Amino acid sequence: MEQLLNLFIRAVFIENMALSFFLGMCTFLAVSKKIQTAVGLGIAVIVVLAITVPLNNIIFNYLLVGGGLSWAGLPGVDLSFLGFISYIGVIAASVQILEMFLDKYVPALYNALGVFLPLITVNCAILGASLFMVERDYNFSESIVFGVGAGFGWALAIVALAGIREKMKYSDVPEGLRGLGIAFIVVGLMSLGFMSFGGISL
Amino acid sequence: MLREFLDKLEPHFTSGGKLEKWYPLYEAVDTIFYTPGKITRQASFVRDGVDLKRIMITVWMATFPAMFYGMYNVGFHANLIMADMGLTTAAGWHGWLNNLIGGYDPQNFWHCFWHGAVYFLPIYIVTFVAGGFWEVWFAVKRGHEVNEGFFVTSVLFALCCPPNLPLWQVAIGISFGVVIGKEVFGGTGKNFLNPALTGRAFLYFTYPAQISGDAVWTAVDGYTGATALSIAASDGMAALESQISWMQAFFGNMHGSIGETSTVAILIGGLILVLTRIASWRIIAGVMIGMIVLSSLLNLVDSNNPMFAMPWYWHLVVGGFAFGLIFMATEPVSAAMTDTGRWIYGIVIGVLAVLIRVVNPAFPEGMMLAILLANCFAPVIDHYVIEANIKRRIARV
Repeated sequence: MEQLLNLFIRAVFIENMALSFFLGMCTFLAVSKKIQTAVGLGIAVIVVLAITVPLNNIIFNYLLVGGGLSWAGLPGVDLSFLGFISYIGVIAASVQILEMFLDKYVPALYNALGVFLPLITVNCAILGASLFMVERDYNFSESIVFGVGAGFGWALAIVALAGIREKMKYSDVPEGLRGLGIAFIVVGLMSLGFMSFGGISL
Repeated sequence: MLREFLDKLEPHFTSGGKLEKWYPLYEAVDTIFYTPGKITRQASFVRDGVDLKRIMITVWMATFPAMFYGMYNVGFHANLIMADMGLTTAAGWHGWLNNLIGGYDPQNFWHCFWHGAVYFLPIYIVTFVAGGFWEVWFAVKRGHEVNEGFFVTSVLFALCCPPNLPLWQVAIGISFGVVIGKEVFGGTGKNFLNPALTGRAFLYFTYPAQISGDAVWTAVDGYTGATALSIAASDGMAALESQISWMQAFFGNMHGSIGETSTVAILIGGLILVLTRIASWRIIAGVMIGMIVLSSLLNLVDSNNPMFAMPWYWHLVVGGFAFGLIFMATEPVSAAMTDTGRWIYGIVIGVLAVLIRVVNPAFPEGMMLAILLANCFAPVIDHYVIEANIKRRIARV
């Protein structure tokens, strides 16, 4: 239990997807102009990560890894070279389902997220989390916690960034830096703040 | 007479004059000496003698106790150590300067004061010149006023440097703080991080050898003197208490960054700021609550990490906690703006500062990063406080 809690804290703060690994930058920068949309996208990312990481964990452990197919009587088969395509397939499918769900039940959020919801499919933070899961050998329960934690950390970062960018409506940024330029600087400065957690080993 | 002189100069600087571009500089000099003639003509103004300039100058003056004590303390410890090591003169140009005006007797107040000043003043002057250069350059190029906010940024930055920091690093640090921390957002009041802290954090991660560790906290080259926090982190509370008594730490008789050692001097400045309502007492109270609650909770944990055992009254007096609490966390621009938000913001800082000190082995001190991190979340905190207010009011209608 304590180990899972540590893993969660690590995924949220110490190894923050957005501000320590700079993963998922395209959506991170593009959808962080308003807090409300940022919250929506953040929740979408949490949900997608919470579904895909454990799902990919099952697929990896029971289908792809060397000897994983022994339950089907094929102990010598190693399909791990199919990793990337299966993970991205799982991600694409679950995003598709989430999209249909939002379209039907939360149309406001669906419209606010617009093209960025399908773009979650190719968000590197999502695929990154699955690859980290494989690389670090998480088991099933760990991968649930890691998925939720990584998503939560990413959501926290994008909401904070959206807050800062809303406040920056009152700023007077030099012409050439307006828009994405200043957003990059803000993200850099934020990750300076997130350095607080760098070096904690749990 | 000064007024006449300035008035005579003015036509050169107003539009059409040959020095038109340099108007911000003229304006800055003029308003240091005289109240601006401009008054607000439309609705929504506050009738008060305290404008932004007065606020900034008050904060600047509130740092004086910490600054003067810091100078004395740096010199005092340097003199003590030199007497110990049998040195008769400090090395390099610092020593040359000090030989001109002072001496090396640790019992002599002026000897200590001058010796410290020989270290602090160059840092401050470099900060002022390098940062001031950017400030004026941006003001001239972008046509905004040179703002007194820079007085505050510069003195805070200089005070949180270790005495032996190389001067070129001081210049780089303050340049980063002023340009990236403030001016790219449009100048005073438009930034989201505290510029002085941004500059210091930049130095901290770029040149860790000169701003952390055990060798940098005294003005004497080659002497290793740990700060109170690193003693506590490596040897435990008992070792710390045997070397420095709590009263000593409270009055600031220990190693550390120039302005951060004396809690008493900082609190005098804090009193001025709270009484003039420049610093929000809610933030200060919030930071204290967060710090006291979390450190007391951690005291209950039985751990082989000695920092867990540090009681809250020690957390307050060691390291940069008091300095950050009074001067950095309360900075009105980067802090939360709403009253409830200020409580939350303060508590977040207090909790994070203790957490980083105790749990994170990479950094002995957590105040700087805790404030920077809380700065990042201040706008979100405000946003949700305002949302909650709106919701409550709608419910009432």
